[in-house]
Order: sequence, then C-alpha cells, then structure tokens
Amino acid sequence: MKSDSMTLRRWVNRVALTLTGLCALVTVSTLFFLLGYITLNGIGAINWEFLTQLPKPVGETGGGMANAIVGTAKLLGLASLIGVPIGFFGGIYLSEYGHGRLAFWVRYASDVLNGVPSIVIGIFAYILIVLPMKGFSTLAGGFALGIMMIPIAVRTTEEFLRLIPASVREASYALGVRQWKTTVFVVIPAAARGLMTGILLDLARVAGETAPLLFTALNNRIWSHGWTEPTSSLPVMIYTYAISPYEDWHRQAWAAALVLMLLVLVVNGGARILLPRRRETA
Amino acid sequence: MRSSRSRSGNWGDRLFGGASLGFALLILVLVAVLVGELAWNSRLALRAFGPAFLWSQNWDPVQELFGALPFIYGTLATSVVALLISIPLGLGTAIFLVELAPPRVSETISFLVELLAAIPSVIYGLVGLFVVVPWVRTAFCPSVSAALGWIPIFQASPYGVGIFTAGIILAVMIVPFITTVSREVLLMVPRSQREAALALGATHWEMVSTAILPYARSGIAGSIFLALARALGETMAVTMVIGNRPEIRASLFEPGYTMAAVLANEFSEATSDLHLHALIEIGLVLFVITIIVNGLARLLLLKLGRTTEGRS
Amino acid sequence: MSTPSEPVMPPRITPPAEEPRVEGAALAVEKLNAWFGSNHVVKDISISFPKHHVTALIGPSGCGKSTFIRCLNRMHEVVPGARVSGSVLLEGDNIYAEGVDPVRIRRRIGMVFQKPNPFPTMSIYDNVAAGLRLNGTNRVSVLDAAVEEGLHLAALWDEVKDKLRAPGTSLSGGQQQRLCIARALAVKPEILLMDEPCSALDPIATGKIEELIYQLRERYTVGIVTHNMQQAARVSSFTGFLLMGELVEFGATGKIFTNPKDSRTEAYITGRFG
Repeated sequence: MKSDSMTLRRWVNRVALTLTGLCALVTVSTLFFLLGYITLNGIGAINWEFLTQLPKPVGETGGGMANAIVGTAKLLGLASLIGVPIGFFGGIYLSEYGHGRLAFWVRYASDVLNGVPSIVIGIFAYILIVLPMKGFSTLAGGFALGIMMIPIAVRTTEEFLRLIPASVREASYALGVRQWKTTVFVVIPAAARGLMTGILLDLARVAGETAPLLFTALNNRIWSHGWTEPTSSLPVMIYTYAISPYEDWHRQAWAAALVLMLLVLVVNGGARILLPRRRETA
Repeated sequence: MRSSRSRSGNWGDRLFGGASLGFALLILVLVAVLVGELAWNSRLALRAFGPAFLWSQNWDPVQELFGALPFIYGTLATSVVALLISIPLGLGTAIFLVELAPPRVSETISFLVELLAAIPSVIYGLVGLFVVVPWVRTAFCPSVSAALGWIPIFQASPYGVGIFTAGIILAVMIVPFITTVSREVLLMVPRSQREAALALGATHWEMVSTAILPYARSGIAGSIFLALARALGETMAVTMVIGNRPEIRASLFEPGYTMAAVLANEFSEATSDLHLHALIEIGLVLFVITIIVNGLARLLLLKLGRTTEGRS
Repeated sequence: MSTPSEPVMPPRITPPAEEPRVEGAALAVEKLNAWFGSNHVVKDISISFPKHHVTALIGPSGCGKSTFIRCLNRMHEVVPGARVSGSVLLEGDNIYAEGVDPVRIRRRIGMVFQKPNPFPTMSIYDNVAAGLRLNGTNRVSVLDAAVEEGLHLAALWDEVKDKLRAPGTSLSGGQQQRLCIARALAVKPEILLMDEPCSALDPIATGKIEELIYQLRERYTVGIVTHNMQQAARVSSFTGFLLMGELVEFGATGKIFTNPKDSRTEAYITGRFG
C-alpha cells in the first residue's frame, strides 16, 4: 500500500509540473503566433505607397496611411509635451521632496490614473477639450494620450531616482551644493539612462492606444493641418479598416499593425538591452 | 570673513521645489477634475434614471430609455471567462518560471510574457476578428455545443463573435499581468518555507501546493485583481469581437456588449444630451468599478510586501 | 586555523609630552541636542574643536557620534524627521541662528563620509571639480588649479594624474576615499569633518588616509569620528568619548588614553565594553 501511494504521489508530481511547463509553452507560443501571423499578413502590404500616400476613396484599392503615420507622430509629440513634464516633475517631487501625507495622495492619484480605463480618459478629454472647442482635434487626442503617459512617467522617474543612493546626494550637499543643483546635475544624470528608457517605454505604450482617440482625435482621410483638426492615427486606422468590409482595407490594417508592432518591439527590446536588470512591477 | 547670512541664493531651490510641487499637485487636481467632470456630465442620466440605471435592461437611444445592465453583464461575463482561462495559464506559467526553468530561461520567458502585454489592444482585436472569430464559429462552438449544448451557457450560436470569443482574447491580454506579478510574489517566498516542506518528505509539487502557494496567496490574489481591472476596462479588442448587441442571452456564444465597447461605438454619435450623459454615466460606473478592483489589488500586494519586508 | 581575537589591551600609543597648544576654537558647540523623530540621539553636548588640530570622537557604535558630527555642518537635517537644538559657533557665529543658509555653512565645513561616495557618472577630474562647478565656477584655469591642488592635498595626484578623465568609480576603495577628500578640499573649506572615513577600507588604504589626516591639520581644522581607538590615538590631538548620546569626557588625546578621569572612558579604552 505504502509504495502504491508513493507511486501515485510521484505521478501527480510529474503531471502537475509538466502542466506548468505546458502553460508556459502555450503562453510563449501565443506570442510567437501573434508576431508571426502579423508579420506574414502585414509584410506584403507594406510598400512605398503605403508609407507615403493618402488613403484612396472608399471602394478604390491602393493608397496608404501617410497621414496616419504623421498623425500618430504629432499625437505622440503632443502627448510627450503634456505627459512627460508633469510625470517627470511629479516623480521628482515624490522621490526628492515628498515624504508626508501629500506625497501619499499624489502617489495614490497617480495609481488611480494608471488604473483608469483608457476609454474613460477619452471621455475626460472629450469633456475638457472637444466640447469647449466644438470639434475633434489633434489637440484633444494628444491631451488624452498625454494624461495616459503621466502615471508611468511618475513611477519610472520616482523609481529610478530612488535607485541613486542617499550617499550621492549627501556628498553633494556636503560640498555646499543646493538641493536643486544636486537633483539636476548629480542625481538626474546618474539616473539618466533609466529615465530615458522609462519615457520611451511609456511612449511605446500609448502609441498603440486606440480607445482614447476614437472621440478625441477621431479620424481623417486627408491631411490634418495644425492642431485643431481631426486627425488620423495608426491605431484608429487599424480599427476602422479591420471592421470594414473591404479586402484591401484589411490588407492595409495588417500592414499598419505590423508597423505599430515593430515600434513596440524595438522600444521594448531596446529597453531590455539598456536596462538588463529592469524589474517590471505592474 | 565670509558671510553665511543670506537667503538670496535660494531662489533656485524655491523655483525647482515649487515646480515639482506644482506638477505633483496638478496630478491630484487632474484626478479630482476627472471624477468631477464624469459626475457632472452624467447628471441628466443620473437624474432621469437614478440607481435603476444599473439594473434596467433597456438601451434604446430612439426612445431615450437607458439602462446599463446588458453592458454590466457583458463586462462581467467576458472578464469571468477571461479569468477562468488566464488564472490557470498565468499561474502555471509563473510556477514553471520560478520552480523549474533555469534562471536564464526564466528571464527570457518573463521578457517574452511582458512583450505580450506591450502589444496594443487594437492588434489583439485584429487577430481576434480574423483568426479567433472564424475558429470559434466553425470549429470550437459547433463541437462544444454538440457535446454540452444542453447546458444553457453552451447553446449553439452561428455568429462566432460573442462573450466567449471576447473572453479568450481578454485572457491572452491579461495573462502577462498574472504571470509577471505572481512570479515576483513566488520569488519572495522565503527559502525556509520550501525547505520545511521538503524536509517533511514532500514531492516538488507538494511543496509548491502546500507551502509556496498558500504562503503567496494574497499576492497571487492581488495579481488576479490587477488582471481583472485590466479586463474590465479593456476596450478595443473586446469591441471588435463581442458582437455589440445590448441584450443578455444565456449562451456565452451569443453576441453581447460591454461598458467600454458601447462607449467606443456610440460616444461620437450620441443622438441627444441624455444619450451622451447616459454614456458618460457608464464611463463613471466603469471608472468606479476599476478603481475599487485596482484598490483591492494594491491592498493585497501591499500586505504581502509588508510581511516579507518584516522578515528579511 | 584560528586567528587570535583582538587583544584586550589598551592600544599602544605614544602620548605627546605636553598639552597641545591651542589658538582658539574653530568650532564651538554648546548644548547640542539631536533627534530622529522622537528618538533623542545626541544629548546636551558642549565641545570645542581647536583650530588646526585633529579632534577625534570615539565611542561604541550607536553612541550618536555620527549623528553629532553631521550636526556640525547641518547635514543632520537632510534626513526626514531629524531635528536639532542648541548652537554651533563657527568663528563666533551660530550656524543654527535664524536666517542662516545651511548650504553656505556646508561650503565652509566640508565632510567625508563612511563609505567612499564619488559621483557615479563623473570622471575623476569632474568629481573634484564638482563642488566648484556646481557653485558657479566655470573658468577652466581655476578648475584645473583647484583639481590639481585638491588631488595633491589628498595625496592622490601621482596615482591619477594620467587618467583624470577615467570614471571616479574605477578607482580602488582607498583611492575613492581620497578622491572624496580631494573633492571636499577643492571647495576650500575651513573645517573638514570625517565620519568613520576608513571603516570601509583595508589596512593599507587606512594607513594612507591616516597619514593624510595627520598632515591636513596644518591647513585645516579636522573633526573625525571613529570607533577605532588606535586610529584616534594616531591621528588626533584631542579626543572626546561619547556614550549613549552624551559626551562623557573630552581632553588631550594623550591624557584620555593614558589617564582618563571617568571610569566609563577607562572601561571603553581598555576594551571592557564596546
């Protein structure tokens, strides 16, 4: 009897551990399937026309997504202008100044913002920008993405500045250097690599956001001039084209997906190389 | 002698400290304004329907009748399906990474799993629409319904789009959250716990199931809540594969609707102020639910951080 | 094999024949108290640091000597929750008086820390020049001269003069500590405080730093905290013994080590506790 139960236990052990391996295999295979499938479907549709032409009128084949690429770049630029300073200085406050109750609430607010569904951020930008300006615009879309960038920027800034040991700050204070100069010329340079990478990852994350753009930047089949017109963007184009009935648009949706995915992969891979010991906490 | 009495050189500190404080306060203000605006701009719907908004099944913009129950149901149902798939998958992967994989393999796989979280949701929607939907329609749903169709939730449906399909896509999207956080939690389990179990003659799996998992349970629960919060608020991938029909059906293979999806579809085309306010109220409800779920996750993870800190 | 444990014997020292000559106090501390939150770590200490002498503070770990020395250039208050009362007179002016800018005090009273802490992203040259640069000096000729002088004073010049552009962190531990001393000296302080400057170093590096401290007294007033009695005996002319946040005894180093007045001092230096 005893040896029987031992055999059973060994058997359970082996099956259970094998199952965990299988889970890992499924998870990783899903990633490779996604990467492979998108590459296969997208690669054929990426060409010079796709990158440089405007979309053709509905029903005609051909054309490209030049306006969406430029639109995404404009949206990201604006988002960085809004999200990076707020997040960066907020992070500096938390790491260099904040110790008390206020710091707790700022950190909490940043966490709340991080947890807000992106579509709700879209509503926020709609109420704050689209309604008063009476129109969809690059400005509203950039604002929404900028708000989305804040919490990650706050957290990476705080985390990377905190990695710089107190002894480095003290060394500077002991030389009679003011706190702001210590922060700007000693602490931040020491953390620069981490900060840059963090901001890049943050950008890559919002680059693929679609939901907050649906009713802020909307979409546009022609060039968007300035900042107050609706604009096209890669993620929204993918969405619009994917749910359309046209074969040629599906093809272009895959191409846009590939472009977007490459951007995300390059930034994440780069971050991995720059920061080999990066610890991700969700 | 050199004078030490002067504050004139302090302007830099005041300016920089003030700027940091200002931006930090701005974050607080932003969140406050966000909550305030959501509440204010849903006032028409709040006034018109009161709490019944949450359990009324009618969503009819033409007759200006708005009830959120189909969306709340769809959001919860897709999230539950997603969790049922992703908890075993994500936790199994985490256990494999911590217990079996050699460190380098573990690091690499962790990175790949994180990449899964980095892929934009609209791309998940695209793949869902062109790969998962046809598969559910032609292969999965027919075979499952043939065997289990007598259970209401597995009744056959010809669409392919629906709650179940959305759940599958969501599951893949939230697995990284469960795996990444659970892995860190499992790594924090002290050596002594493992050794105690092994010393009692436990097999490797028995050690995992009797010593490690119970020790890490609050952290694992935290990772699941974190993933749940993501699933609740996920918009694009779900919108593209759920079928967008504001009705509650028994079968998981039938089309449904979620809170985030109805916002994505109807917001820019709202027909009246009341319609818009009803949509914003849905946004408010979604916001409140995710904040609560995220808060629970944070509490669970915080508790764990404290116990392990006290230990080392 | 087993290594013999520390001998329980008074350290071998050669006390100076007579009291060191004193030409006034560089720093006079009156009734200094310091807290971390509600923890009272420095209690009512009054002490003078004679000009152009090395004054050592000894005591068992946790006696408050590090906190005390950090109060002398207003570094204590950098830590959240830290508080100070009492006065510290620098050339007759209280550095804790209303309206005094701690940053300016720190420029006049330099500090070297327990662990070498060169700025991680800066070269050897930039480390030494950092204090001047960050305080607004940008003339290359001035910086060059200050860097060379600082490194000479810290007895590091010969070892690094050919690799001034190398990162500060590429040096050995002892060299890094001397780099930190050079960095502190380059801003031309009047007083140099050292908080256990050798505790992270090996015996050879320690020997070099001790020799350096001994020489520095010709140009600076030096205050050093150490838990190593032999070190205090070797480098200082005055010694204070701290216990549980209080100054038990203060006097010429020779006297403290050969003929302490307080029985607790005697117990400590003969190795009966701590």
